[in-house]
Amino acid sequence: MRIKVEVAKCEGHNRCFVVAGELFELDDSGYAHEVNDGKVPADLEEKARLAVTNCPELAISIDEDK
Amino acid sequence: MTTEPAKARTEPVKDWATDYDIFDAGYVKDPFPVWDELREKCPVAHTERWGGSWMPTTYEDLRKIAANVEIFSSRNPLVANDGEPTEEVGAELEEQFSVGAPPISSDPPIHTWSRALLLPKFSIKEVARYEEETRELCRSLIDGFVDKGRADAAADYAQQIPSRVIASMLGIPQERAGDFTDWVRGFLEYGLTNVDLRSGAAMQILSFLNEQIQERQANPGDDLISYLLEAKTEGAPDPIPPTHVLGTCFLLLVAGIDTTWSSIGSAMWHLAQNPDDCKRLIDEPELITSAVEELLRAYSPVTMAREVTRDAEYNGCPMQENDKILMNFPAANRDPAKFDKPDEVILDREVNPHIAFGVGIHRCAGSNLARMEMKVAIEEWLKRIPEFRLEDPEAVTWAGGQVRGPRKCAVVF
Ligand code: HEM
Ligand code: SF4
Repeated sequence: MRIKVEVAKCEGHNRCFVVAGELFELDDSGYAHEVNDGKVPADLEEKARLAVTNCPELAISIDEDK
Repeated sequence: MTTEPAKARTEPVKDWATDYDIFDAGYVKDPFPVWDELREKCPVAHTERWGGSWMPTTYEDLRKIAANVEIFSSRNPLVANDGEPTEEVGAELEEQFSVGAPPISSDPPIHTWSRALLLPKFSIKEVARYEEETRELCRSLIDGFVDKGRADAAADYAQQIPSRVIASMLGIPQERAGDFTDWVRGFLEYGLTNVDLRSGAAMQILSFLNEQIQERQANPGDDLISYLLEAKTEGAPDPIPPTHVLGTCFLLLVAGIDTTWSSIGSAMWHLAQNPDDCKRLIDEPELITSAVEELLRAYSPVTMAREVTRDAEYNGCPMQENDKILMNFPAANRDPAKFDKPDEVILDREVNPHIAFGVGIHRCAGSNLARMEMKVAIEEWLKRIPEFRLEDPEAVTWAGGQVRGPRKCAVVF
C-alpha cells in the first residue's frame, strides 16, 4: 500500500499526523507530507485508511496495490 | 444615530426554510431539529432577517461553497451586521481598521501571505510550549471552587482559559484577560445585533492593541506581536505594515477567545450530563484525542459568513451580488449523509472528518491551540472533579449567532 498527500489540497488540519504519526510528517507551517515515499508497512494499513477518512480536505490518496 | 433595522425581528418564525432567525431563543438553545428539517426540505435556506442571508446545512454544500473563494468572498465574515456606526465612530474605525482582520476577512492574494505569516506560530510543536502554563491555569481555577461543591463551568472555568492563553502568547499581562473577554463579547456576542456596542468594543480593542504595538516597536520581546512586526514571509510586504499587525492581532483576540471558551463550555455541559463518558475518559485517558474531535463535531461553535461577489445561481438559489451566506459548519457536522449516527456523541468515533474549524483556505489557524486548550481543560477538571452534574438543566443559558456555547452552566459535585 502507498499513500500520498496532495500538497495543493492539504490545509494543515493535522488530523492525518495525529491518527497515523508514523506515516506523516508536518512542516513548520503544519502542512503534511508522507514519509518513506508513502510506503505503508502492513501493520499500519488500518491507520493509513483512517488518515484518509479523517482528512476533511480529501487530500490523501491511497493505492492499495503498490 | 443608528439606522433602524429593516425588519422587526420579534415575530416568531413560522417557516424556517424562508424566514429563519439565528437569534431565536429556542434555536440558539437547540438548533439541531431545525437543521435536520432544513437538510431534508431546503438545504440552502433563506431569510430577510438581520440584513438577509442564505444558510446551507449539508456537509457537501459547506465544502463546495468554502472551496469557491472567487464567488464566495470572505470580505465580511460577520453573520449579522446590519446598521451603520455613527459618522464619527465610522470614520475612526475606517482609519484604524483599514485592512480589516487578515487573514479571516481577506481573499487571495493577501490572504495567502497573511495566513502564511501566522501558521508557524500555531503548529502542534509551538502550541505545546503553552501546555504546561495552561495546565497550571486550569488547576488554579479549580482550586478557586473545588471546595465549594459548586461552580459555573462556563463562567468560572471555560471562560477564564482562552483569554489568558492568548494574552500570554501576545505578551500582554494576564490582568487584562478579563477586559479581553468583555470586549470580545461586546463585539461578537451582544454587539452582533447592536452596532453601537459592536463599534465601541472594536474601538476599545483597537486602541488597546495600538498601544501594545507601539510598545513592542520600541521594545521588542519574545511574543507574537513582536514576531509579527519583524516577520518576513514570501509575498508579504517587508516590513509588515503596523496596520496589518493591528488587524491580525484584533483577529487573534476575537477568533481565539469566544470560540474556544464555547467549545470547552459545551464539552463540560455534555460531560455533566453523561457520567459514563467521564468515567470512560478517566479509565481510558488515551481517548482524549478522539473525544476532543468528537465534542468539536457535535457541538461546533462557529458559523462564519461569506459575501457573494457576483450574481450566481447555487443549487437553484438565485444569489445576488453582496448577499450573505452563513457558513453553518455546525450543521454540516451533524449531516447524516456524512456521519454515522450524527446526533450521538461517540468518544472513540474513528471516522470523523468534521469541519468545526472550517474547510479550505480559511481552516482555523488556531486549531492546534484550541485543541490543546480543550484537552487540558477536560483532563485537569476530571482529575479533580470526576463526578459532577448540572445543578439545574433549565438554568443553563446559551449564546448563539456567530459563536454558540453555554454562558451560564452551574454544576454541582
Ligand atoms: C474551538 C475553538 C475554535 C473554533 C471552533 C474555531 C473555528 C474557526 C473557523 C470555523 C474558522 C474558519 C473561518 C472561515 O472559514 O471563514 C476559523 C478561522 C480562524 N481562526 Fe479559529 N476557531 C477556534 C479557535 C481559535 C483560536 C484559539 C485561534 C487563535 C488564537 C483562532 C484563530 C483563527 C484564525 C487566525 C482564523 C483565520 C484563518 C484564515 O482565514 O486563514 N481560532 N476558526
Ligand atoms: S489531515 Fe489532510 S489537510 Fe490535514 S494535514 Fe493531513 S493531509 Fe493535510
